[in-house]
Amino acid sequence: MTDTTSQSNLADKLLQRAAPGRAEFEDLVVVPIFAVIVALIVGALIMLATAVDIETIGRSYLALLQGSVGSMNAISETLTSAIPLVLAGLGLALGFRAGLFNIGAEGQIVVGGIAAVIVGFSFPNMPWIIHMPLALLAGAVAGGLYASIAGYLRAATGAHEVITTIMLNLSSYLLLSYMLGLEWMQRPGRSDPVSKSVLPSAELPRLLTDIDPNLRLHAGIFVMIAAVILVHWLLFKTRTGFEYRASGENPDAARYAGMHASAIIVFAMATAGALAGLAGANQVLGVLERATPGFSSGIGFDAISVALLGRSHPVGVLFAGLLFGALEAGGRQMQVDAGVSIDLISIIQALIIVFIAAPLLVRAIFPWGFKKPAGR
Amino acid sequence: MDVELRGITKRFGPVTANDNVNLTIRAGEVLGLLGENGAGKSTMMNILSGLYSPDEGEILIDGKRVDFEGPGDGIAAGIGMVHQHFMLVPVFTVAENVILGVEPTGMFDYLDLATARKQVRDINEKYGLQVNPDALIEDLPVGIQQRVEILKVLFRSAEVLILDEPTAVLTPQEVEDFFGIVKSLRDAGKAIVFITHKLHEILEISDRINVLRGGRITGEGDPKSMTENQLAEMMVGRPVSFDVDKGPFKPGETLLDVKNLMVLNENDETAVENVSFHVRSGEVVGIAGVQGNGQSELIEALTGLAHAAGGKIDFLGRDITNVSVRERHRMGMAHVPEDRHKSGMISNFTIYENMVLNTYYEDRFSSGPAIKWPDVLKTAAQYAVDFDVRTPSVYLKAGNLSGGNQQKMVVARELERETKLVIASQPTRGLDVGSIEYIHSRLMGARDEGDGVIIVSSELDEIMALSDRVLVMYDGKIVAEFDATAGPLDKNAIGLAMAGVTA
Ligand SMILES: Nc1ncnc2c1ncn2[C@@H]1O[C@H](COP(=O)(O)OP(=O)(O)OP(=O)(O)O)[C@@H](O)[C@H]1O
Ligand SMILES: [Mg+2]
Repeated sequence: MTDTTSQSNLADKLLQRAAPGRAEFEDLVVVPIFAVIVALIVGALIMLATAVDIETIGRSYLALLQGSVGSMNAISETLTSAIPLVLAGLGLALGFRAGLFNIGAEGQIVVGGIAAVIVGFSFPNMPWIIHMPLALLAGAVAGGLYASIAGYLRAATGAHEVITTIMLNLSSYLLLSYMLGLEWMQRPGRSDPVSKSVLPSAELPRLLTDIDPNLRLHAGIFVMIAAVILVHWLLFKTRTGFEYRASGENPDAARYAGMHASAIIVFAMATAGALAGLAGANQVLGVLERATPGFSSGIGFDAISVALLGRSHPVGVLFAGLLFGALEAGGRQMQVDAGVSIDLISIIQALIIVFIAAPLLVRAIFPWGFKKPAGR
Repeated sequence: MDVELRGITKRFGPVTANDNVNLTIRAGEVLGLLGENGAGKSTMMNILSGLYSPDEGEILIDGKRVDFEGPGDGIAAGIGMVHQHFMLVPVFTVAENVILGVEPTGMFDYLDLATARKQVRDINEKYGLQVNPDALIEDLPVGIQQRVEILKVLFRSAEVLILDEPTAVLTPQEVEDFFGIVKSLRDAGKAIVFITHKLHEILEISDRINVLRGGRITGEGDPKSMTENQLAEMMVGRPVSFDVDKGPFKPGETLLDVKNLMVLNENDETAVENVSFHVRSGEVVGIAGVQGNGQSELIEALTGLAHAAGGKIDFLGRDITNVSVRERHRMGMAHVPEDRHKSGMISNFTIYENMVLNTYYEDRFSSGPAIKWPDVLKTAAQYAVDFDVRTPSVYLKAGNLSGGNQQKMVVARELERETKLVIASQPTRGLDVGSIEYIHSRLMGARDEGDGVIIVSSELDEIMALSDRVLVMYDGKIVAEFDATAGPLDKNAIGLAMAGVTA
């Protein structure tokens, strides 16, 4: 105890990081891979059961592969679909880390999209270097404010965020159809609910049109990458992230440590909403160029799966978002080539989540893929 | 039923928690298991109960080899474990908890609660457990909840009962009742493994003692002939001093001044009533009392976790009655919470994150919005060395530390900073004798450097050994005060005051 050199040697030893255990590797890599495989197999069985012949099943999976990574266009489509999923998924992941089961990404996407569209068509003559970031920012701010309603209600009254965010999702749809009928919002000369178009100066520019004008991949991918890095930094390198994670893991300990629970709840909700709002802004500024009813197309719900599949870790969310983007892009191809309904893709996505959530089941199906039964 | 462990080895990554352990457990006998924090006691018992599977070695029941695939197999073979952390459903009744998972059912899966209640009552009677089968768990004191855990394993017809530090959370009176139950179980022919860090307990109750060190069995003891000192030395490998080295008593100015404090508990009942006291620099004030007489609420109010419903708290000359936890912490208040799992640590965080759980915001560890993790890591490793937290790395999840090492981690975090007032609730809960010695010396060190220290403990011996002044709480009030500087404390008088007998 008194020998100082041996003490500092001991301290150095404690600083060594154990090599990531086999169990962690299995959890993070092997289980998800097997889950995807099992889901695809079960998907095939479902097709069989619905009297789809084997040849068509083969063709559909081939189309799935081709449509997601088989060509330049496929990859572009996969990435384009992944952008909003990753952004909204990051927001949800952040909330999950803070112990908030925010399922309101859908509503936050809608509200963020509306704000981005309004800014996007309202400022002619603005240089793009200001206009485009401003429109993105408007989306983030709107999404953030919208989500903090639920955060505030939770912190001030204890109203559970699952309930309030569901209500806010529904309200957002109504808000959208109301606003699309407003004179200053609706596209002139149209009677159906379509907003004015986003001005070119606010659009997220397409990146690959030089190669092929049909490639839709847009600059939102940089927003997505920046968001992954930013959220990773926020969660793991900052005081705020430490507070989020502590409150999520053990609220009593967070209180004991002097952290401010209600501020954390409101702030975490707002950040989550801002990311979802950005996702909405990306859709309208990069893909759709206007807002229509249902432009969010359930991305906010798929993002829940993405966040869960990604284990609420920014890098995990990135990969999960890419996977779901690929399934979506490939699913469209599958529908075209093999005539199999795109609903099958939803089934496969759902199955992946089921198998991820039940690692023991996956381990039981593939005993040879794992070293030992979980945690023993 | 006799059980034999042969050559059991269990590794967690680089740690060998059990190293070729042999152990025999016999029917009608209490086997005392003793060992330092992290020696591998809980791990070995988790293997015996089927929760972990050993890397090497075998388990024999009555000479026949058994292989457990999970805790279900352990209990099916008649081996039941009562964990230190109870696993009860608070909103269920005793009977419902007991039958959970093995519910007796009638036709159409009808839940036969009447039979269950009767069976619970029979077991109750047989071993003198005295638990009301219809009481809700959340209404029961810890000591009774523990009996429910015992009921659970008995209901599943366990012949071997493993009790992992059962007395750590009990009051002295509860311990006595608990020993009565253990004895009646033994006399009924059950085999019992009893883990504790309290040497007098192990001498009192066990028929045989095994000592574990560094994952190996290093000695056998005979409770009839051995003394606490011998046991302690066998355990830690050096003589242990049970006396606390205290510097001369030199109290300074008043640091903490509490006047007419009122605190309500979560049901809005008065938990602390009109309490006034002060703590001076260089002074240890012990708060004695049977658990549940307002001590917890008092500490919560002092540290800012609970609101004061009335009265006033002054700290360093400033009125802090309505000041936040963070601000009090900043002013130099340290707090070792009574229940480390509830609030003192985050099991899923690494050791280094836990080491800065409430100091991460300080300039030492943060600049701007960012935490300086390299500095945190270095400091955490140093704390771990100073407090002898046994771990291969500070990157380990705190939940994977042994119970006692978790406690050392929490105490290290609180004592290794600039403090003015140290508030320590059950500071040595779950610690081995060697570690208790060290923590006591650190608490005394804080006092001798001029800190005020408040100790709350259910161990009267601990309070008496450390305190310069002892306050006794009963029914939310301070009912007696004893001065240790005037002469030796009268344990009997304190005990009477704790029981509410006014002199
Ligand atoms: N799940 C785990 N993962 C990694 N290491 C573990 C795990 N469980 C226990 N250990 C390590 O194994 C060793 C033995 O731990 P164990 O809990 O058996 O000690 P113990 O004798 O019960 O100590 P205590 O008296 O403090 O409760 C410790 O070094 C501990 O850190
Ligand atoms: Mg233990």
